[in-house]
Amino acid sequence: MIKDILTTISSWGSAKKSRHSAKNRLQLVLANDRAGVNPELIEKMRQEILEVVSRYLDIDVAEMDFSIQSSDRTTSLQANLPIRKIKRTRELK
Amino acid sequence: MKCRVIVITSGKGGVGKTTITSNLGTAIAQLGKKVCLIDADFGLRNLDLLLGLEQRVVYTIIDALAGECTLEKAIVRDKRTEGLHLLPAAQNRTKEAITPEQMKEVIEELKPNFDYIIVDCPAGIEMGFRNAIVAATEALIVTTPEVAAVRDADRVVGLLESENMQSIRLIVNRLRPEMVQMDEMISVEDILDLLVVPLIGIVPDDKRIITSSNRGEPLVLSKEPSLPGIAIKNIARRLEGMDVPFLDLMAPQDTLFGRIKRFFGVSQK
Repeated sequence: MIKDILTTISSWGSAKKSRHSAKNRLQLVLANDRAGVNPELIEKMRQEILEVVSRYLDIDVAEMDFSIQSSDRTTSLQANLPIRKIKRTRELK
Repeated sequence: MKCRVIVITSGKGGVGKTTITSNLGTAIAQLGKKVCLIDADFGLRNLDLLLGLEQRVVYTIIDALAGECTLEKAIVRDKRTEGLHLLPAAQNRTKEAITPEQMKEVIEELKPNFDYIIVDCPAGIEMGFRNAIVAATEALIVTTPEVAAVRDADRVVGLLESENMQSIRLIVNRLRPEMVQMDEMISVEDILDLLVVPLIGIVPDDKRIITSSNRGEPLVLSKEPSLPGIAIKNIARRLEGMDVPFLDLMAPQDTLFGRIKRFFGVSQK
């Protein structure tokens, strides 16, 4: 009983309860399971897509978001690639 | 009347599939329906044990398929519950002992004699799973509020959708409202958000589930009412098309007295 009280009190301090981390982790793993891809594959894809897009646009890599998302049993690949500026290759030549 | 074939499955083992099957089968029979439970867990059969019928199993589905007895002879009639029957799995064979075609054949032969055929699926997504789902048009997915169980349930839902299962509904088993209240367990709403499968029942965790399995008497048979017993009887009524509201399991947690009790750890079951 004392142990229960201690756990209750100590849980006040910790901001994040296990329920939320369970849900967040599941959201991610289910999206990956449904798409049939693993994190390595996503990373590889991310790099290849970035490589292609970077030929034409200057992408802000730090701000980019690239993930498999799932809602209502439909899964999609979401890529958000913020553009710094459009490369004017011709003018440079 | 047309016979409904329902598979009870989960992906992950140990979430309470067989307990749900034995109780739900009993509850449907209590509504006056003729029910045949099929244990599809070859090599690891337990449905007979939870129903308290283990001493009465003489032949199994394998013997019937081999022609060593008729299908009728392999079926055990539960004397406590009018209308409840069990077709036992073989204990000495593996999950590969029977093919999906044979399973389908057996179920087709049984269909004219029953209102419900309920198949208790083994854990996993291999051959045993294929056998269990082959003849079913409805699936009940059992999950618990745990990450591994929810993940596996999602996998099974995906497989059932690709097999064009007509109806897929979810049973959340072993919910502990006091833990959800403290944000230390994922809630039913969380699970529905993640899985996006219609809900048919919420069964709270209760130690009487264990004592009733010790005795081989499904909890729904008990004269003393229990929350899990009521929850399972409600699932049976929802299957029958009745509009039964979900039990408000969180309600007892919300009273001030309940909060104080919980704070001091008194409400621990």
